[in-house]
Amino acid sequence: MTGFVPTDRPPSVPARLVDDFVPALIDVGAHHLCPGCGEPVAMRCAMEAVDELDLVGRAIAVFGIGCYTAFSNNLDIEVLQALHGRAPSVATGVKRAKPETIVLTIQGDGDMVSEGLQEVLHTAARGENVTCIMLNNGVFGETGGHMTATTVLGQRTKTSLEGRDAARHGRPILLSSLLAQIDGAGFVARGAVNSAGNVARTKKLLLRALEVQTRGAGFSFVEILTMCPTGWFIETEEAPRYLDDNLAAVHAPGVLKDVLAT
Amino acid sequence: MTGSVSAPPARARLMQGSEAIAEAMIAAGCRFFAGYPMTPFTEVLEHMARKLPEVGGVCMNAESEIEAVGMAWGAAATGTPAATGSTGQGLSLMQESLAEATLARLPLVVLNMARAQGDYYQATRGGGHGDYRHIVLAPADAAEAVELIGLAFDLAERWRNPVLVMGDYYLAHTARSVAIPAGSPRATPEWALDGSTGGTGQAKLVSFLGSDKQRDDVGYDLSRHYAACAAATSEMVRHVEPLAEVAFADDAEVVVVAFGTPGKYVRAAVRQLRSEGAAVGYVRPVTLFPFPSELVAEAARGARSVAVYENNQGQMLDDVRLAVLGTAPVHFIGGLSLDSSGFGIAPDLEVGVLKARIEELVGR
Amino acid sequence: MSPPPTALTRGSLVIDVEACKGCNLCIDACPPGVLSMTEHEVNSRGYRYPRLVPGCTGCKACSQICPDFVFQVYKYETPAEVPR
Repeated sequence: MTGFVPTDRPPSVPARLVDDFVPALIDVGAHHLCPGCGEPVAMRCAMEAVDELDLVGRAIAVFGIGCYTAFSNNLDIEVLQALHGRAPSVATGVKRAKPETIVLTIQGDGDMVSEGLQEVLHTAARGENVTCIMLNNGVFGETGGHMTATTVLGQRTKTSLEGRDAARHGRPILLSSLLAQIDGAGFVARGAVNSAGNVARTKKLLLRALEVQTRGAGFSFVEILTMCPTGWFIETEEAPRYLDDNLAAVHAPGVLKDVLAT
Repeated sequence: MTGSVSAPPARARLMQGSEAIAEAMIAAGCRFFAGYPMTPFTEVLEHMARKLPEVGGVCMNAESEIEAVGMAWGAAATGTPAATGSTGQGLSLMQESLAEATLARLPLVVLNMARAQGDYYQATRGGGHGDYRHIVLAPADAAEAVELIGLAFDLAERWRNPVLVMGDYYLAHTARSVAIPAGSPRATPEWALDGSTGGTGQAKLVSFLGSDKQRDDVGYDLSRHYAACAAATSEMVRHVEPLAEVAFADDAEVVVVAFGTPGKYVRAAVRQLRSEGAAVGYVRPVTLFPFPSELVAEAARGARSVAVYENNQGQMLDDVRLAVLGTAPVHFIGGLSLDSSGFGIAPDLEVGVLKARIEELVGR
Repeated sequence: MSPPPTALTRGSLVIDVEACKGCNLCIDACPPGVLSMTEHEVNSRGYRYPRLVPGCTGCKACSQICPDFVFQVYKYETPAEVPR
């Protein structure tokens, strides 16, 4: 029978701490998001990126409304709460009034692509030097799991119970693909947080996006595919695979535009 | 004030109301303005687009009225004195944001360059959801608008609450001689965001969900926050002085109540009737919220009737009835009067027409 | 052939058992597969939680994927052969 290693205390041999419980900019790690939710993973990634670039002393995070709004309460970064879909216009006001700040938005797919599609498209078109972050799980999670503009065909939600059907429900909007075509956008990329490798890749995208902002190179955007086992009606351990097979198959990860790339 | 000896009086200049309003906003410290063109608000946006950058401010032509108020919200949250505006329809689009900006305790000045006077309910009864109050100021002409704009920014800053200024087509497009006062810059409030408290363990929050970060896993307590907002509203309502212009009311048989541009015409009609020996007086509410109920009640005391003139189907009429509380009958002598444009140009808005309607009540 | 009596271990974890919501993501994320969920033991909220056997490489996959910030990851200064 394999012996378990004690995990209630640090190791007794010389060792260094390489990852702490809660990253620097999250005040309190405890939250009531569902088991297996990808949003805290994405939030950690985003906050670590802000911290690594030493931007927190001039950063303002504009939050949309969704499950992730719970985090607005727990972050050691200045937070401005916006209405559902309306973070990009609020972020525009902040950045235009105070150009020396670093402004990011944290929004879900329902918030950004359903309610707020106009806002993010225009903010990109104007080339506002803000970084919009979309946590995309293909559902309106906070209201209980309903179809959004990014829900993929075949995906079951409470408003597409037999699976999204093109004839009845239309097709998903691939926001990153739209944004990549807009001249004012300087950086557009998709990542995911369903594996440690993807988390590391997503962190790089976030660092790049913030760099685009600090260099005034245009609107920056990172879409992060996140797990939502509750909204997907599946077990938590199936969610990473479901994300790959369903969401990432349509909203394909990668860098779609990077004006700083040589 | 600096140590200089009294500044020379500002020179008066002939200018359209829209321009006067823009100049007044800048003098009052406004450094961010966002709007969307719509008649008869458009010229205010044009003037701000030209003048704000000259003083280092920002004017944005947003993609819709919803984004205009959103941008102003963002700027206001940084402590930058900010304003937005539109006409009634645009204000309708902004209502969710205006209601929630109140819960976020944001100072915001909002212009309604209205078409006629049908937006009284929208402005004073909360066109948006939820139980909030906005201070509403109604100038009768460009000179008063300049004063009230300054007051609006002061009140918005003092009470951390949106303040609405109700104008109209006439105000926008009528020129008169106006002196714009010299402004002084406003101090940045301590609650404002600029990023600097990030990473200190005390990072600030500006939110309609709460005023402080809970830093726990329980999250916002909306009941507590809404109760705190209601308490702040109550303080504001208790302390903001209701304003009205009252004249000839002491011995008046008939007291006429009107706001905004029509108030000028009522004033002229009442003066003419007085000079002809009729015992008439008027009350022109300047704060539509808080409504000058006591001033109206006092003016109505001893009167045989109260008349309300407004260019709508009777909205301020309700507030006048509530103020008078049955001590005299309240007659509605207003009504919808529009030309074919629908912009609020009223064929009935003539001193002669109003005189006749008031006279009809005298000696009744 | 029986498995070797020791496992080369480069790191270890501190696990905040009470923070865990039993989502299992760490189990599949762990490259050397040294995490497994309890079967009958649960924390005070009723969730199963992960336990560690020797062989951890200190790669941080678990801490990076965990939605509830359950892990502290330590990397040994010197890899050690730890008895299984």
